[in-house]
Amino acid sequence: MSLLSIKDLKVSFKTRRGDVEAVRGVSLDVAKGDVLGIVGESGSGKSVTSYALMRLLESNGRITGGALSYGGIDLRTVRESAMRDLRGREFSMIFQNPRSALNPIRKVGHQVEDVLRRHSRATRSTARREAIRALEAVRIRDAEARYNAYPFELSGGMCQRIVIALALACDPKLLIADEPTTGLDITTQKTVMDLIADLIAERGMSAIVITHDLGLAAQYCDRIAVMKDGEVVEEGSAERLFSAPRNAYTRKLVDATPRAGASVRSLLPAELRTPAPVLEPTRAPLLEVRDLVKTYQGKSGPVHAVKGISFSVGKGQSVGLVGESGCGKSTTSSILVRLADPTSGEILFNGKDLAKTPARDFARDPRRPKIQMVFQDATDSFNPRHTARQSIGEPLARLTGLPAGQRRDRIGELADLVGLPRPLLDRFPHQLSGGQKARVGIARAIAVDPEFLILDEPTAALDVSIQAIVLNLLVDLRAKLGMSYLFVSHDLHVVRLLCDHVIVMRDGEIVEEGPADQVMETPAHPYTQELLAAAPAPPVLAEPASSAAE
Amino acid sequence: MSDLATSTTTQTDGTLAHVAYVLRSNPVTLLAFAMFAVLLVAAILGPALVPYDPMASNAALALQPPSLDHWFGTDNLGRDVFSRVIVATRLDLAISVAAVALSFLIGSVLGSIAGYWGGWIDTVLNRLFDTIMAFPLFVLAMGIVAALGNTIENIVYATAVINIPFYARLVRAEVNIRRDAGFAQAAKLAGNSDIRVLALHIFPNALPPMMVQVSLNLGWAILNAAGLSFIGLGVRPPTAEWGILVAEGANFIVSGEWWLAIFPGLALMFAVFTFNLLGDGLRDIVDPRQRS
Amino acid sequence: MTGRLSTIGLRITHAIPVILGVVVVSFLLTRALPGDPAVYFAGAAADEQSIAEVRTALGLDRSLAEQFLVYAGGVLTGDLGNSLSSGQPVLQDLANRLPASLELTLTALLLSCSIAIPLGVLAATRPGSAVDHLCRVLVTAGVSLPTFFTGVVLIYVFYYLLGIAPSPLGRLDFIYIEPAHVTGFYLIDAAIAGDFETWVGALKQLVLPATTLALFTLAPLARMTRAAMLSALSSDYIRTARAAGLTEDKVLFTYAFRNALLPVITTLGMVFSFTLGANVLVEKVFAWPGIGSYAVEALVVSDYAAVQGFVLAMALLFVALNLLIDLTYTLIDPRIGFETK
Repeated sequence: MSLLSIKDLKVSFKTRRGDVEAVRGVSLDVAKGDVLGIVGESGSGKSVTSYALMRLLESNGRITGGALSYGGIDLRTVRESAMRDLRGREFSMIFQNPRSALNPIRKVGHQVEDVLRRHSRATRSTARREAIRALEAVRIRDAEARYNAYPFELSGGMCQRIVIALALACDPKLLIADEPTTGLDITTQKTVMDLIADLIAERGMSAIVITHDLGLAAQYCDRIAVMKDGEVVEEGSAERLFSAPRNAYTRKLVDATPRAGASVRSLLPAELRTPAPVLEPTRAPLLEVRDLVKTYQGKSGPVHAVKGISFSVGKGQSVGLVGESGCGKSTTSSILVRLADPTSGEILFNGKDLAKTPARDFARDPRRPKIQMVFQDATDSFNPRHTARQSIGEPLARLTGLPAGQRRDRIGELADLVGLPRPLLDRFPHQLSGGQKARVGIARAIAVDPEFLILDEPTAALDVSIQAIVLNLLVDLRAKLGMSYLFVSHDLHVVRLLCDHVIVMRDGEIVEEGPADQVMETPAHPYTQELLAAAPAPPVLAEPASSAAE
Repeated sequence: MSDLATSTTTQTDGTLAHVAYVLRSNPVTLLAFAMFAVLLVAAILGPALVPYDPMASNAALALQPPSLDHWFGTDNLGRDVFSRVIVATRLDLAISVAAVALSFLIGSVLGSIAGYWGGWIDTVLNRLFDTIMAFPLFVLAMGIVAALGNTIENIVYATAVINIPFYARLVRAEVNIRRDAGFAQAAKLAGNSDIRVLALHIFPNALPPMMVQVSLNLGWAILNAAGLSFIGLGVRPPTAEWGILVAEGANFIVSGEWWLAIFPGLALMFAVFTFNLLGDGLRDIVDPRQRS
Repeated sequence: MTGRLSTIGLRITHAIPVILGVVVVSFLLTRALPGDPAVYFAGAAADEQSIAEVRTALGLDRSLAEQFLVYAGGVLTGDLGNSLSSGQPVLQDLANRLPASLELTLTALLLSCSIAIPLGVLAATRPGSAVDHLCRVLVTAGVSLPTFFTGVVLIYVFYYLLGIAPSPLGRLDFIYIEPAHVTGFYLIDAAIAGDFETWVGALKQLVLPATTLALFTLAPLARMTRAAMLSALSSDYIRTARAAGLTEDKVLFTYAFRNALLPVITTLGMVFSFTLGANVLVEKVFAWPGIGSYAVEALVVSDYAAVQGFVLAMALLFVALNLLIDLTYTLIDPRIGFETK
């Protein structure tokens, strides 16, 4: 008999545009000791399903149909007070962005105590001892000291451990983890997920892991349910889903998930896999960075963001710059694109030092059009009051001096080039989807024919299926226009798809650099090895899944 | 490709639709616009509309309660209170509009500079605003008018000075959060100088919250000006102004001649209430969280 | 804990430049304006000779820097000049009248906080309910009320029409004897003296002006409480607390309310500013013998030293109140000490 059973669950939200059905008839079962992964892209209803069963929907959300039962208790009809007894004791939940999931002005130890005492797991006199024990249970070292800490004093990973301690303090039988690694660094992601997996196994709990990452779900879950538009489109074991996906959407998702050994074209659905362009990078240097240093004044003394790095990017070459947050990769890219000045060092572009012109004056430099950038957050990088046409047209107007008529034609050509339907050009950013905004951002960057394009995590905010399309677009554009890329990312697997050469950074220094295949297959530096090991590993398949199905 | 197929259906410009939606779902905002129209008519056409000369006294008709002839009654000199209240609209609105415009202008410039460039300019301006805000604002306005001299212009300057920090702080914050936004960086990559980025890309995006502040502030400026003239600063009798009318009427309230103070007071409240409702309505319209 | 203490010390030192700024501004208001300050200070009835005397007395024949030093020295030693109308030192006049103003202001603040905060919390926890609507109407109407007008209306209704309020003339009807001076607060002094009748008499006089002021400050406080509570309730940590099954009381008070209190405390600073300003108007309406009506009387007779002394005193009072707010904030929010380290 299953511990949790969801039958034909329907949830809808009241919005300005009438009722929106977010979950439309989802049925799932979780047996005792079972770990179920729910995978889907944004808007698939995966999180709403879990909030519905916790009965923690926002006030405009309502369960409109179906049955929810937990160990024989009907969760739809049970009184709210009884529901509160169940939450935390029978089933509990951990969240994304752990830092904001904790009360910012209450000691973490007290927050754990609150839960323990609520469910009578501790009395006033034993609370402290029990809370420390709960912290130790999630492998927090020096739990006595951590007990007195406030969330802002702890790292993101440590906060997530506290959230886990809170959730598991009263030994629930079911744990729901809602994107538990979003907002954490990759190496931390790995430790947190391993910890969750260990604790689940140790205590024989059941769990539901909600994630957008099929690879992560495959690694940690017994079964995976794939959701799309509020429905479960396919359910099965990880191996089965990867080797023989039955549903077209599952197949698309499986294909689009970056994995060892995949090529950029294989991320696309089979029918879109045109032959990849042949690229012939040269080592004739376009950009040479020499001893680049960036030090700025922090609150507690100088911060050495970049500590004298040197590398070069050849004409037509694509170089990947990889590292975790705070490693100095973003500082480096904003210096190279001349939005910031280095403390010292040279940036030779076609043999001339760019660093001699201060960033402040670079807007009027003749080399301005030659170096452009595609930004990370597509929403934030567009003026909300400008249409896509105005955004793409701005660099043309400022930097090329094309007359208005020709500018119009050029914008149309650019839209075609990046695959943006021309009618969308007159939309405002908030009227475009994430993928469409990514295309507009790329069109704007290539509008003035740059020789060197910096791609700052251009797909980080996108769903994997869109990421696959955007990555392929970038490959095609590079072949067509002969640009050089500097691809900045935290994800080695994505970088490898696009780059010939990889640079790994940590703490403002380059720890390893070399041809992409070499760095990926035989990483020399322990940090690179750690990064590679931390990335979720979907089952490696001898033959790409969908070509077998063809 | 799949991400393009969705939402190619025509979606007309959301802004107008959004305004229409807010007005429909919140009739109070509509009411506020109507009240604002009434104020404007009174301010512009007031002197031409009133039944009596607001300055003409008539001892025989002193302290008459409201009647069909004199809707709001007459004052101790026999002047028609209704005419005086309506005529005062122009002066009160003029003072507040002039003061708010002045503080909007100065505050925007100073706030933009502080928010965009930061550094020592920011520190100095911050200290300056801290110092202004260290005074209870009405009290500072009193001090300024007392020092500069008791005239209407000085009421405008004093009201402007005490409002500048609010605008400057608001603009500074709005500019500061957008200074390193992707679209500001993109504008620089497109060849815009710092000034152009600030004036053409960042500042226009800070305008919506500013408009809300302007509306709320107009109400507050009227209260402030009326308060100053209530204690005898700025506008002087026999000029018709709501604050003075209430001050003059207050002397008769203990003997029961309520209409002298109540009607100008209600007019004052009406004006302030209108601007506050308008500000709340504008807030709903410009709040990005309400946008689709 | 040492971090907390040093933060408190830091906050106090932060007030010093502000105080300096206040002194500079009030110096500028008195000396550096167009026109001849000596004429202002000598008053309306002055002749050539008295103006010349005032000029030397104020040191107006010296350089601006010297004048500032003299002025600052005067402020430091409590010398704010003499009032023309009373002939007393301004400082002494202000000190005599300050308790009346403080009693009124603090009573009003207490009254408005004890209504506004529960109202805001109730409105936020029951969005769309009758309490929520009441809160919204009160908030919008409240900020639109000119204090002097509210006062006039209250007098008309409760004194003239209903006859239940005493005549709006000061702190105590003449039939009562002033309680012996201890704190200067009549309610407290009367209680200390055990004089119940006087206590009631003082309370009766206080009710209308305090209500007038409280009505004015109610709106911003209720609005901020409601908004802060709503934003706290929609935050992630409330979701975590609910997911852990904590009781609704615990969620509302220990988790949401304590966090919501932070922006409310910040708003208190603005509310103090409004209250101290509105205080002047209310004192005039109710003939309350505080420093506000002192300033208004001084304005009428162009008693310049008195007005400027009043402005400076109000500013220093406000700086002190803000410091108190800052310190309270530091005690509630553990993040403060961390940021300044």
